Amino acid sequence: MSDALAFPWLRAAFFAVVVRPALLLGFGLGVRHRERLPQVGPAIVVANHNSHLDTLLLLSLFRFGTLRLVRPAAAADYFGQQPLVNWLTRHLIGALMIERRPKAGERADPLAGLSAALQRGEIILLFPEGTRGQPEVREALKSGLAHLARRHPGVPVIPVALRGLGRALPKGEWLPVPLNLYASIGEAVGADPSDKLAFTQAVEAELDRLDAELPAALWD
Amino acid sequence: MTTILGTLQGGVGIVLSFILALLVLATIISEVLPRVQGRPGNAELIARVRAWWVMAGLFVLAVLVDKRVGITFVMFLSYLALKEYLSLIPQRRSDRRVLLWVYLAIPLQYLWVYTGRYGMFIIVVPVYVFLFLPFRLMLTGVTQNFLRASSTLHWGLMLTVFALGHLAYLLVLPPLHPAGGVGLLLYVVLVTQFGDVAQYVCGKRFGRRKIVPQVSPNKTWEGFLGGLVSAALLAVLIAPVITPLNRLEALVLGLALPIVGFIGDVTMSAVKRDLGVKDASSLIPGHGGILDRIDSLMFTAPVFFHFIYYFVYGPVRG
Repeated sequence: MSDALAFPWLRAAFFAVVVRPALLLGFGLGVRHRERLPQVGPAIVVANHNSHLDTLLLLSLFRFGTLRLVRPAAAADYFGQQPLVNWLTRHLIGALMIERRPKAGERADPLAGLSAALQRGEIILLFPEGTRGQPEVREALKSGLAHLARRHPGVPVIPVALRGLGRALPKGEWLPVPLNLYASIGEAVGADPSDKLAFTQAVEAELDRLDAELPAALWD
Repeated sequence: MTTILGTLQGGVGIVLSFILALLVLATIISEVLPRVQGRPGNAELIARVRAWWVMAGLFVLAVLVDKRVGITFVMFLSYLALKEYLSLIPQRRSDRRVLLWVYLAIPLQYLWVYTGRYGMFIIVVPVYVFLFLPFRLMLTGVTQNFLRASSTLHWGLMLTVFALGHLAYLLVLPPLHPAGGVGLLLYVVLVTQFGDVAQYVCGKRFGRRKIVPQVSPNKTWEGFLGGLVSAALLAVLIAPVITPLNRLEALVLGLALPIVGFIGDVTMSAVKRDLGVKDASSLIPGHGGILDRIDSLMFTAPVFFHFIYYFVYGPVRG
């Protein structure tokens, strides 16, 4: 199974013609500290997860020159089932499929694909909450991130807080509503990943701090 | 191309040259002078002036090409402003889908503009949408904060769609001057924005006595009066070039528009203060959001429109 991006130009065209104009006109973007996004790999970018559009939003923040290096992680048990969805997720989005639960009897390493991408010098996008969960509420982070970071010491982990899609297109809704989307990009997390719990907590704290920088207003 | 050249006649070309001269002068002050004197320019001022080039260019191009393009441009401004407003205000999750109905008011309203149905243009948002929205909100079954939701949604529509839409309606008024609707639109936008800038510059240069320190600490009497005098002067000077206004009408408007624009500016400042933000968004470099740029225009547009509709078009209509 080859994980290399088969049609990088297809993805670049898709983002230039469809994704960026749609996000800009249909929603509108407010980005803080865009200069902190890594432009060279390997790097791990982690964000909170509210909506399927989160991946497109994160990818659209990168420069076109960097985009070919950026690989989001996608759950194979969700996106890998139907052939068409599988193909689009792999080639149009450029995702790496992750087996969240290895099949019975197998002892596969779910992080192997991500490790290989980092060794190829790519930038991977992770949603360590593992699920979209409640709109605009951050779930506890899964430990996979800390495992991955421990395996690749020296690879920067950059947290990004996203906000707005929980209102514009939350889980379970198919009708998007035009509302501004916000992203705030943090500095690389300094904590030592060999202490799994402390590292995860440091990432969580940084995500919450970045999220507090973003506008938020709700009555319920 | 012929239509663009056609609209340039009747004085529009003179006013556009004046705008171009203002932009060049601003760029000399913000970028050329610092470079000649070998000192670093003010980054915020440079961003502001460059954004003015883009905004003025887009506006002038849209207005000159064609009536339909001009109306579509104002409609798009309404959309951006409403989106910014709806993203800013507190909302109930249950009202998410109702927001699509709120957006639907935009094409509806601009349809009345395009077809020149003045009666519908003037009644649909203030009456029918005003009655329909609370009904639709009631259907969600959520009653907590019901009154807040219906009031804030309609308030935003009144400003960003109804009030701003008057700019587009200027384009479909029957021409009483060779410059036509384009002249009227150019006139109110130029006088308002020029007043804004003159007020800002005079305030920076001479400002001492604050007018409303609790709402907008940067607004001073010196800035306000400087803006008023500059805009009134401009309003009287360019009125015969692109509008059918006589000298007295131009003087009244020249004094009224900067005052009304100032009221719009500080009113939106009060809203932003209530919501705890400094700028409505960061869409326009150096300026903030679209609402920060058109706050005064949302107030001057209907005042200008109804002034000329009553005093200039009234006698013609009979």
